[in-house]
Amino acid sequence: MHAWDIEFKNLTVGYGSFIVLRNVTATLPAGKISVILGGSGCGKSTILRHIVGLQKPMAGEILIGGENIMTISPHQFRRLRRRMGVLFQDGALLGALTLAQNVTLPLSQHLNLSKELLHEAALRVLGMVGLDEFADYFPNQLSGGMRKRAGLARAIIAEPGILLCDEPTSGLDPITAARMDDLLLTLHGQYPEMTLVVVSHDLASLQRIADYVLVLGEGRTIFSGTIAELNASREPYLLQFLRREPGKEDFVFKTPPNPKILNALEKWFDS
Amino acid sequence: MADNAGRMVTPTGFWSRLITFFYKVPSIVGSATIRGINAVGGMTIFMAAGLWHIFTNIRIFPRTLQQLYIIGYQSLFVILLIGIFCGMVLGLQGYYTLVQFGSVGLLGSAVSLSLIRELGPVLTAIMLTGRAGSAMAAEIGVMRISDQIDALDVMDINSISYLVSPRILASLISFPLLTAIFDAIGIFGGYLTGVLMLDMSEGIYFYKIAHAVTMNDVSGGFIKALVFGLLVSTVCCNQGYYAHLRRDSVGPEAVGNATTSAVVISCVLILAADYVITSFWL
Repeated sequence: MHAWDIEFKNLTVGYGSFIVLRNVTATLPAGKISVILGGSGCGKSTILRHIVGLQKPMAGEILIGGENIMTISPHQFRRLRRRMGVLFQDGALLGALTLAQNVTLPLSQHLNLSKELLHEAALRVLGMVGLDEFADYFPNQLSGGMRKRAGLARAIIAEPGILLCDEPTSGLDPITAARMDDLLLTLHGQYPEMTLVVVSHDLASLQRIADYVLVLGEGRTIFSGTIAELNASREPYLLQFLRREPGKEDFVFKTPPNPKILNALEKWFDS
Repeated sequence: MADNAGRMVTPTGFWSRLITFFYKVPSIVGSATIRGINAVGGMTIFMAAGLWHIFTNIRIFPRTLQQLYIIGYQSLFVILLIGIFCGMVLGLQGYYTLVQFGSVGLLGSAVSLSLIRELGPVLTAIMLTGRAGSAMAAEIGVMRISDQIDALDVMDINSISYLVSPRILASLISFPLLTAIFDAIGIFGGYLTGVLMLDMSEGIYFYKIAHAVTMNDVSGGFIKALVFGLLVSTVCCNQGYYAHLRRDSVGPEAVGNATTSAVVISCVLILAADYVITSFWL
């Protein structure tokens, strides 16, 4: 059995010449649920895009199962990527296909399976995420949470060794978010050897599902370790983040409102 | 320009700004030229990749049928409509011009040659650009900005093979067929005005068509339609596919601008390619 651990060595990532994260060094252990945590725009999703090869790092290395994805051949990388499943933020389902067609896309495009087998596989994974009754629906007929669950079904249909989830609970109400957490935990229970990487800034979700945590912020690694170590940490940024403290920034108007605008608004209200 | 202390100083005043502008002209022209060459090169590679997957991936055929329905069948009505009115106008204009020279008998040849050689392929391609090409650019653009193309890539599904090749193949099939329909309905339109409305002899109208139109004209029109189909599908797919890399806008606005660019570039390329093919063909 392959151990699908993910290792970052002095990883520097960004867009163009703009550096988002510098010298990230951490190992996301195989067979565990790792949560990459951090504020909005700190580079969590960017790091996920680097793992799946959608972006190239500015410097450093990413090792998946011991293989450096920067040095292996494109063919080897494609073989490696076949063992990854990705849940994008909004599911990224193809709008022209039904849910059943969407979730079986990796199978229908790579394997010669009959329609009956594909349909059976679709119902199996859609049943796992509670959407088997919606197999013939199109993505635009579903809610945001359902689309995410369908995206998850598509990500797991090819039995991946690594499952990467980009903010699976963002934009969901607390009950739906908790159901998504349960789903991830159940999934991990059914595939204990699967490495699950969840990008999130949802603290409740973090406490429920995380075995290992990588916290990013201020363009660097703030923390990497187990959830117990995170909860015991006294690092000021972590405390601020975990306690949801707003910081010392003064949110005040720097100038009084322009009377011309106020007068114009007054006239508009009266009109 | 440097001051006494050797520091760089920005020139002020009209003449200084004018001199600075002239210094910048070569760099502006140069960078625009490089961007243009890059765009043409990128588009050519994109087209080659799209064509390559037609021959190497058998799985594109079900999606090609879907695209044939969208590009071909769904455009049929508008092509029929434009074709008949175009033929009727040609018949009307041709009749009143030829009657001055006592050559009304040539109306059939005038209408058919105009349609088969030029108007059929060009107007069909322009109509299909507006009807189907813009939809290609917008659909692929939306897929790009909503991570659907990234999702295809991470599933190890070649996005060009999945999205672009079926559209190119469907265009290569649809454009000549719709051009043929446009030509036929246009000739019928000429018949409506010339023969039924203006009392020209039906026999002469069709005899002149059969006499004037050669296989060379027909194959020339079809070659134009094939080239236009390839150009329009490539340009429209390319603009949508790279909507996220646009310099002028991001997000939904980029998709809108990509669609506009796709239509404008396609129309310009149709007319330019028409001139080039005509000049070689004649």
